[in-house]
Formats: sequence, C-alpha cells, structure tokens
Amino acid sequence: MSAQGLHGETSNRPVPLLDVRDLSVAFPGHLAVRGISFQIRRGETLALVGESGCGKSATSLAIMQLLPRGTRLSGQVLFGGTDLVRADAHMLREVRGKRIGLILQEPMTSLNPVLTIGEQIAESLIRHDRLTARLARARTVELLDLVRIPDAHRRYDDYPHNMSGGMRQRVMIAMAVACNPELIIADEPTTALDVTLQSDVLELLDSLRRQLHMGLLLITHDLGVVAQWADRVAVMYAGSIVEMAETHALFERPLHPYSRGLMGSTVRLESGAHYTTARLTEIPGSVASATGETGCTFAPRCPQVIAQCRIAPPPLVPLPDRLAACRLATETPKEAARVAAGC
Amino acid sequence: MSSDTTRAASLPLFVPKSRRGLAALLLGHPTFAAGLFIFAIVVLLALGADILYPGDPQDMVGPPLLWPFADMEYPLGTDSLGRDVAAGLVHGARVSLIIGFSAAAIGLVIGTLVGAAGGFFGGYVDNILVRLTELFQTVPTFLLVIVIVAIGEPSLPVMAAAIGIASWPTIARLVRAQFRSLREQDFVMAARSLGYSDARIIFVEILPNALPPVVVTASVMVAGAILTETGLSFLNMGDPNLVSWGSMIGGGREMLRTAWFLTALPGIATALTVLALNLIGDGLNEVFNPRMRER
Amino acid sequence: MRLLSRAGRSLGRTLLQAVPTVLGIVVLNFLFLQLVPGDAADVIAGESGSATLESMEALRRQFGLDQPVLVQLLSYLDHLAHFSLGFSPRYNMPVGELIMSRLPFTLLLMVSAFTLSLVLGIAFGTLMAAFARRWPDRLLSVLVLVLYSAPGFWVGLMAIVLFSVKLGWLPSGGAMTIGADLSGWPAIADRLAHLALPSFSLACFFIAVYARLTRSAMLEVERQDFVRTAQAKGLSAFTIQTRHVLRNALIPVTTVAGLHLGNMLGGAIVVETVFGWPGMGRLALDAVMARDFSVLLGVLLLSSFVVIFANVFIDLLHAWLDPRIEAH
Repeated sequence: MSAQGLHGETSNRPVPLLDVRDLSVAFPGHLAVRGISFQIRRGETLALVGESGCGKSATSLAIMQLLPRGTRLSGQVLFGGTDLVRADAHMLREVRGKRIGLILQEPMTSLNPVLTIGEQIAESLIRHDRLTARLARARTVELLDLVRIPDAHRRYDDYPHNMSGGMRQRVMIAMAVACNPELIIADEPTTALDVTLQSDVLELLDSLRRQLHMGLLLITHDLGVVAQWADRVAVMYAGSIVEMAETHALFERPLHPYSRGLMGSTVRLESGAHYTTARLTEIPGSVASATGETGCTFAPRCPQVIAQCRIAPPPLVPLPDRLAACRLATETPKEAARVAAGC
Repeated sequence: MSSDTTRAASLPLFVPKSRRGLAALLLGHPTFAAGLFIFAIVVLLALGADILYPGDPQDMVGPPLLWPFADMEYPLGTDSLGRDVAAGLVHGARVSLIIGFSAAAIGLVIGTLVGAAGGFFGGYVDNILVRLTELFQTVPTFLLVIVIVAIGEPSLPVMAAAIGIASWPTIARLVRAQFRSLREQDFVMAARSLGYSDARIIFVEILPNALPPVVVTASVMVAGAILTETGLSFLNMGDPNLVSWGSMIGGGREMLRTAWFLTALPGIATALTVLALNLIGDGLNEVFNPRMRER
Repeated sequence: MRLLSRAGRSLGRTLLQAVPTVLGIVVLNFLFLQLVPGDAADVIAGESGSATLESMEALRRQFGLDQPVLVQLLSYLDHLAHFSLGFSPRYNMPVGELIMSRLPFTLLLMVSAFTLSLVLGIAFGTLMAAFARRWPDRLLSVLVLVLYSAPGFWVGLMAIVLFSVKLGWLPSGGAMTIGADLSGWPAIADRLAHLALPSFSLACFFIAVYARLTRSAMLEVERQDFVRTAQAKGLSAFTIQTRHVLRNALIPVTTVAGLHLGNMLGGAIVVETVFGWPGMGRLALDAVMARDFSVLLGVLLLSSFVVIFANVFIDLLHAWLDPRIEAH
C-alpha cells in the first residue's frame, strides 16, 4: 500500500486518469446509477462488481457518453482534466477510441457483419492516427498478432461470422487498444465466452494493460475474475457503491452485508469445502425491492438491518483500509469486525 | 476528504416518466387517429351519396366547364358535358370503396386458403401451390387484371373479382409463412393428440394466431385495390354506366390544358382515401408489432 | 471472384428453373386467353367494316384461328421452339419484330424509373432515419406518404400540367421530338427531357416504398450492438451512418426490390398510355383490345423473362452486400 488514498488518488500525482464524481444516470422510469464516485490511475485495474441491474453497465456507457437519447445524466466524469459530461460532440469523438477504449460483452453482435475484421480495426487507426490504408493494414496485422490470433495476415480479410467467439473477443480487444488508449473499459468481457477461454482473454487483457500502461475498468459479476485480476474493487448494489477497497482487503474481510453475501455465495477452492458440507449462502429477496426506498437500498434484504437504516441511506465513509456504506461497519467497527469474523 | 461521500436519496436529477397505456397509444399516434378520421368522412360521404346528390351523377345538370367556386350551386365545378363534379366525386367514392373492399376480401379468402393449405400440409401440395403462386407473381399484376376484365364484361363484380384474383399471391405467401412456423408449435401438437381434424386445426387453432400480419396487410390491399381500379377506369376499362374517380380522371384528361381541375380533384380524392388507409395500416402495424421504446 | 462464380451458378440455376416456369406461363396464359370472348378476326372485321361470314372465315383460316385449341397451342409451342413468336393478325407483322421495336423503350423507362426510385428512396429513407422523429423526418414522411398514396399516373398528369402546360419546361408526351432530326448531345438531351416525367411518374410509388423500407431498416440496424462499438471508436456520425448502418440496412431493401418489378411493369402500361410512350405496355393494352393473342402472349413471355433476369441481378447485388451469404 503506497501513499494512495482509498479512492485511488495519490498524493504525488494530483490528477488521476479517470475521476468520476457523483455520477447519476436515469433512464425513463428508472434511476440506474445514484451518485457514485471513484477514481482510476494509469496502470491499475479497478473492478466494478455487482449483480445484473446494479448499474455497472450504465456506468461504463455513461463514462463514454454513449447512453441512448432520453437518458438523464448528472455529475462529472473527469478524464485527463476534461469533464466528458460537458464535452461537445467533437471532443468526445477525439477521446473515444483514441484515449478510451471500450470492450463490450457480446462479440457476436458487437462487430459489423458486412465488414472484415481487419477493416474494422483499421478504421480506428485511419481515423485517429491518420494512417494510410496500407500502413493501417500493416499495423492491424501487428495488433492481431498482439492479441494472439494465429495467421494474422489471412485473418485480416475474415468476416466476423468466420470466427469463433473467443477470437471475436480478441478482435474487440485489438480494436480497443489499437490507438494506444490511456484507459480501457471492459464490460463483462468474458461473460459470453466458454470458461476455458475466459482466463485466456483476461490474461491477455491484463498483459496488454501492463505493456501499454493503461488503466482498466473491469466490469463483471464474477468474483473469481475480480480476485484474480483486479487491484481494487468497488461493489455496486442498486446503483450505489456500497464498498470500495483493495482486492485483498475486501476478500479477507468484507464489511458491508451485501459484500459478505456475495462472498458467501461462492465456494472457494482452497477452503476444502464440498457441496455436501458447505452450503452456498443466499441473499434473500431481489434487487427489485430496492426501488423507491428512502433508506438504505439494501435494507429490505439485510440481515443486520437496524431501524435507522430504513430512514436515511448510509453515506460512503472512509475507513482505514476501505470505503463502506453501512452504519454497522462505520459506526460500530468492533461489532462489524465480530460479525465479519464469523463469516 | 469527506466531500467524496455519496448521497443516495435526494438526487438533483429528474427521472423522466415512461409512457404506457392505450390512451397514450392513440395520443402518441396522431397519424393513426387522422387516418381513421379521414376514412370515416369518406365512408360517410359514400353512404350519403344518394342523399347529398340524388339521381345519376352522369346527368348533365349545368353549364359546362365551370371552375370550382365560380358558382356555388356547383361548388366543385362541372365537366365538359356539364356534369356536377361534386356529385361525381361522392358517387365515385362508393365505387372505389365497394371495389376496394370486395377485391381485398376476395384476395384475402383465396390467399388465405392457398397459403394455409400449402403451409399446413407441406409436401407436394405445398410445392404445387408455391409454383402456382410464383406463376401468378411473374405475370405483371395489372396486365392480368386487364385480361380478366376483358374475359368478362367491364362491371363492378368482374373488376372486383379480377383485382382480387390478381392480388392473392401476397397474402398467400404471408399466410404460408405464418402457418409453417405455427404448425410446429406445441398447441398444434396438443390439438392433434386430442384427435382434432385437420380442418378444425387449421381454422380454429392456427388461423386466429396467424391473423395479425394479415390484418395489417388487408388495409394495404384495400388501398392497392382502389389504386388499381382507378387505373382501370382511367383506361376506360371500367363500368361505363358508373362514375368512378378513375373515369373522371380519364375524362378530364382531354381538358388538361384548360380545365385541369377536372383531373386534379378526383385524384386528390383518391390520394386522400388511400392515404387514410395507409395511415390506418401503419397504425395497426404499431399496435400489433410495437417497437420497443428507446431505453 | 466470389461474385463471378456466384453469378455463373445463379444464372445457370435460374435458366434451368425458368424453363418450366415460362412454359407453365405460356400454357396457362394461352388457355386463359381462350376464355376471352371474340378473337382477332372479329376485331379486324369489325374495324374494316366488312363483316361477312365468308371474309371472317377466310381470316380465321389465314391465321389458324379456326383450329381446335390444343392444335393452336401445340403450333405455338412449336413456333417458340424455333424462336419465333408467331405472326400478328392486327399489325400484320411478325410478333417478334413488333415487340423488339417497342421493347427498348419500355426497358429504358423501367430502368430509369427503377434507378430513380432506388436512389431517391434510399436517400429519403436515410435522411428520415438520421433525423428520426424530428421535423425533417416528419416533413419527409408526409411527402413520402403522399407519393405512396397518390396514383402514379395521376401524379404524372399533374406534373404535365405543371411542367409542360404552365412552365413549358418539359414535353408532355412521346419519347422524342419527331421530325427534329437531332444527333449527339442535343439528341440525348431531347430524349432525357421526354424521359423525365414518365420516369418520375412510374417511380413515384416505389420511391415511397423504398424510402419507408430504408427508414425502418436503418432504425432497426441502429439499435444493434456494433453501432455502439462504432461510436465507441470515435468515428464521425457520417461514417457510422453510411459505412455501418446503411450497408446493413440495404440488405432487406434489395430483398424487396426484386418483388416490385412485376408491379412496375404493370404500372408502365398506364404511364405509357398517359405519356404516349411507344413501349410494350401500350402494345399489350392494344393487343387485349384487339384480341391479338400472339402479341399478348409475346409480351407476357418477355415480361416474365425480364422479371426472372432482373431477380438474378438483384440476387447478385444481395450477395455482394451481405458476405454471410455463401454458396448455396
């Protein structure tokens, strides 16, 4: 642990790569993200973890300003000092693809079916780096090599439907890193892939991040992925961040009841547990019960709920090694530690 | 610094409401409502033709070639023989609507039967019917109609039959596709296992489910039939005893240079009626295939 | 390369399939036409004013119209096998020659109308999709709906009133200025001037069809994930609309394009009548009136061929646009 604050800010590097402040996203009839804040530095991986519907995809799209028309946005997204929320279309087009790369979840539908994959990668290079067609093609082949696609020269002229899911995702990665961006946002990059391919793709992503010294925002619902590949974690529930800490700190001692529920619902390989001896703990209820709540959004499902929780939502409060939004964790740390030790 | 704390409850953000409900549908589709309105007016005029303009619209009632609004007794003017244009329009509405609906009905019946048979039974029955459909579609529709009208004599029933016979392939294709997909569904298997006859399965089980796109196409077919009839009458292949919008356009063609309103007015009437039908068709399409609201 | 081999295969397959279809058309139409009361001899006799029984019998014998139906059918098929379309009693010349003198005009009209309708239709549709639900879309939608609803030949007549009668910019009929003996550029300009209104008149309805189709196809494609990917790459809006959205949206448009050719041929009949265009459409109409079945059959045959071959072309276009379509 260096002189690094819990949001990721460093005292000797005043401007983090990405600084999200109080971001809220509202779709018609549904408040998806409720005033969240976090920061990412170059070279580190922040994982945004939570179940479906917690607002993590909305967050990633909000950063890139790619939300559909009719969505309301508030807050700030400071990238290299510029607020993307207030940036004009021209500025955004300069940032997208060139300084921030996006990897989406479904490689099948995320690629244009009528263009070759080579053309789609070269597009970025021609647009941002102003390469000629020939140079772009050469560079694209290099990129395909970089993402470990065999026979890159011939693969350039393949169409997406000629490739397997794993290869298509690599193409997406190649497209995202083509112009040496400073930040990569990967939204569930391996969810649609076979388990066997998942670690390959993640390992590739991680090595590229180190090679190109990029920041990585890794959005996932898979705790295993988080444990293995993330430096810091932010746990999201119903549009809010409920806990944010360095990965090892969170996994050793999750404080927020939701985080604890998530940990408990996985079986760790080392624990030696077997399905006959250890049960997966469920978190009762569903996310839908969070809408319209005036208190803590997790209160309806929380095993440690107290009266005050239903009146006002707990603020995200800095603790020695993390941030947590739970009265139990922040106001009675000894009690919290006792409960945590029991899990 | 604690200014980084988050506030979950009171947000300075207005959450836009999502719209739903049937009232919103009509309000949100003013074009559908407009189509219904215009069509209703045309129907009313057609129904009231004998009341508004009793007698034969082909009677010569006034001085020839009066311009619209020149003489308020003939608000839309008169043609070269002194016939009242307004009377012709109103009676012509009748002709157009009658032919439009009956032709569409004939086409629907034939097309549905052929499509259902082919789609349900498959095999060589389907093959033959598909070939037949293709055959009919390769011959230019309008030419086929002309030939059929030439076989019979030019009269309303014949024209309606001709247009209907020429237009069934579209419906047949549609119905066949629907039947082919629906016959694989579980409810059909259930009906079979209950021992229902083929006829019962076709008409009672599958057909009601296959209807939505057919209903949408029906309005388009009526519109197309009206347009075809207009063309036929324009070419003097319509019923010589009846005034229709097409025959008025044809008749006005001689006077195009001087009295072009004779051609313009019946054309506008046709266009408005067909427009109304298209708006209705579009509206029905929205109702049966609602697009997801943009998220 | 892929396209060339596909073209060859497509053509071969089409020709093979076309033969029974065309044969079916011929036989069916022949038998169909027998249902029409009266024959060419009736009409000729009626027109010439001398309708004695002997002269009509003589006419019938001359043109083989007194033979039983099956014999007539077989003799017609025999003619076809020798690439002859028979002889026209009314026009007193071989049907083939007659049709060939008219075919180029109809082809010219149809090709220009088809091209015009595709180009304008796709252009309008793209604009409408780009400004979806805002005022340019609403305005164009109204225009498109009017084009869809108004009878094409009537729009042509109104256009004559405006451009020919009132403004005097364009001629009101015919395919060229007769007796003007032009050549080179002035001749082409003259032809184009005569082509403009009929072509537009025929294209009207189809402009609307393709515009509506393009609009809905583009809106549909815009919702796909790969459009978001393209946006995330920071591409310009124009690039996204053309290279990504439009190229995908054109696929369903080409599928539909072929289906409308039959309609267009039918519409040509009326348009040619309105503008006095010397094409096959008017010929067909005259043939029906004159009960000249050899000509009518010839026209029907040829139009079937036109439709079949145009569909081959469209199939190729479709394959070029969509690389997912491989060899059948």
